[in-house]
Amino acid sequence: MSTSNTTTQEYVHHVAHHFDSAEEEYRTSKFGLWVFLMTEILMFGGLFVGYIIFRGIYSEAFAEASKFLDWRLGAINTVVLIFSSLTMVLSIYYAQHNQKAKVLLNLYITFFCGVIFMCIKAYEYAHKIHEGLLPGHMFHYSEQVAAHAPLYFSFYFCMTGMHGIHVMVGMGFILWLIRRAHRGEFSSNYFTPLECVGLFWHLVDLIWIYLFPLLYLVG
Amino acid sequence: MSSAPGVNYLNEKSGLWSWLTTLDHKRIGIMYMIAVFTFFAIGGTFAMLMRWELFSAGKNIVEAQTYNEFMTFHGAIMAFMVIIPGVPAFLGNFFLPLMIGARDVAFPRINLLSWYCLIIGAAVAFYSLIYNGADTGWTFYTPYSIKTDNGTTILVAGVFILGFSSILTGLNFIVTVHKLRAPGMTFFRMPLFIWGLYATAIMQVMATPVLGITLLLLIAERTMGIGFFDPTLGGDPVLFQHFFWFYSHPAVYIMVLPAMGVISELITCYSRKTIFGYRAIAWSSVGIAAVSFFVWGHHMFVSGESEVVAILFSFMTMLVGVPTAIKVFNWTATLYKGSIIFNAPMLFAMGFIFLFTIGGVTGIILAVTAVDVHFHDTYFVVAHFHYVMVGGTLMAIAGGMYHWMPKMFGRMYNEFWARISFVLIFVGFNVTFFPQFVLGAMGMPRRYYDYLPVFQPLNRISSIGAWTIGIGFLVVLYVILRCIFTGEKAPDNPWGATTLEWQTSSPPPHENFLTQPVVTGGPYEYK
Repeated sequence: MSTSNTTTQEYVHHVAHHFDSAEEEYRTSKFGLWVFLMTEILMFGGLFVGYIIFRGIYSEAFAEASKFLDWRLGAINTVVLIFSSLTMVLSIYYAQHNQKAKVLLNLYITFFCGVIFMCIKAYEYAHKIHEGLLPGHMFHYSEQVAAHAPLYFSFYFCMTGMHGIHVMVGMGFILWLIRRAHRGEFSSNYFTPLECVGLFWHLVDLIWIYLFPLLYLVG
Repeated sequence: MSSAPGVNYLNEKSGLWSWLTTLDHKRIGIMYMIAVFTFFAIGGTFAMLMRWELFSAGKNIVEAQTYNEFMTFHGAIMAFMVIIPGVPAFLGNFFLPLMIGARDVAFPRINLLSWYCLIIGAAVAFYSLIYNGADTGWTFYTPYSIKTDNGTTILVAGVFILGFSSILTGLNFIVTVHKLRAPGMTFFRMPLFIWGLYATAIMQVMATPVLGITLLLLIAERTMGIGFFDPTLGGDPVLFQHFFWFYSHPAVYIMVLPAMGVISELITCYSRKTIFGYRAIAWSSVGIAAVSFFVWGHHMFVSGESEVVAILFSFMTMLVGVPTAIKVFNWTATLYKGSIIFNAPMLFAMGFIFLFTIGGVTGIILAVTAVDVHFHDTYFVVAHFHYVMVGGTLMAIAGGMYHWMPKMFGRMYNEFWARISFVLIFVGFNVTFFPQFVLGAMGMPRRYYDYLPVFQPLNRISSIGAWTIGIGFLVVLYVILRCIFTGEKAPDNPWGATTLEWQTSSPPPHENFLTQPVVTGGPYEYK
């Protein structure tokens, strides 16, 4: 049995030495990724629990502070991410049908959606920082606001910041997929990395779908 | 599977670089062993220094501030770098694939990455010691941890990185157990050590991310003042305690469940008898893991918890005693009419049952809300969790290591010196920590560098015991080194054990088995 896959021959995926078959490798990788997604949910769970507790205690302050956010920008970002989930799935579909050009096209669109999302997020952040709508002790908005508005902005920056980091990590993985797709590594025989990055990307979308109403529409 | 006779995982390749880049779970297990033992020596040194300071009332060797740093680093090193990775990442990494008849863990690269996370996390944590120290205790309680002006941020960042190591190991183990078992190896034919590791892995994967986000928020609190845990901004310091213990109570079981798995292996092997109540022990591991997520509130009986909540947490905590007692009774029943061999691993297993039972029963005492008000933050609590963690986990690591050393290194250890190490550790342990139960009941608070003169006699006994344990572990080190360098060659199955890891050569070849094992029966079919 081979113990490495250093061969230069293209389009052939070599199963790692400790698996019996490509099928076993595929199932194992996917299962591992699901377990990883569970850890992500629990990590964000800490933030969501904290949010729910303080939203319960200071519900009026949170409602008032949320008005500083522009829900239209949040809505655009929601649509952008949901659309990118579609293109992500399509790239897997076309890999299963051996259509390399369409795999690449969909991966590029997915990546570009990530760029749009991050640009809008950066615009929002710049605006908040300029106004002084910052977390906790750094809050220095010029007008009178509810006493616990700074705490709201702590949650806003922690939750969207943590999510933004995940979007950027996901974009990095999509670039890696693009590079491998250019080499023609994906086909109906082997598309495990597309599936795994896809699952991660969907989770990142899903978290945003919860963040959007909690932060933008709470008032 | 090309393996010439005499070629094994140790001599297959050579050179430091071949170790640092290895993907072989056995080599990674040995690297974990070296790392964990090094950290144990450092954490143990802090313990020795603390007991020196506490030898007499008043200042002995260090100032209070230095003592607080000793206490913090002793706790953080022992919890996050020794006991949590101790059994799973060292013994588990080496033996999990062997015991289920797999060629490796599911994700060998992630396995190596988890080792580097441990090393980098530890390096960052140690840097905080050099940088400015940290004096919060290993629990980092707010609001003090927000205000204290030293290297706490760096230490917290180090622990955050260590968490990745734990998560990645747990993830690997869950997937390996589900997907890579040998043909015929059903779940209920798995050795009980694997059940313990599996239950542990579930907790590692589900609890550690919560610690991760908590520590990140604490760093944000210290650097940016976000206010989640800061009452001046409307935050809540007790929320930190909830978050912290939501991880750290399951973490206590992360520390002890795999150790219980080791004990199950040792008891059945050295009684020459099928284990009593296999399914009960297997399910009780999962039961402890499940209940462990709902007991964290017992750390906060005096933090302003409502009475109803306190009663519920008290009840859940006592409930942990049920699956734990199931294990202890089954081990005892296994001994009945067995042909018991009292070698060093079995002595450690017996020591485990004795000490762990004391640790467990005092845990039930502390779960009583009214009693806890008196014992909270006294040496009674210190003695209780040392009985569980040292008397439990470290005894299991030592016993398991002696048991499996012939397989790991292909050489036998010296039985005489191994027994000496047991006697020193077992006696030293009781001399150290039993007086602390009494001190706690008398009202001596934990974490202080000084005490009233009335506590001095018992503290002196405790310190002498601590140094005895220290000497005991030096003997362990001697036994290990002597085994590796001059031990006699071990046969493939020196103990006549029935589990799969003993059916391959000692030490095992690169891919563990020369032919794929096929399992046709239970793990402990002793005649």
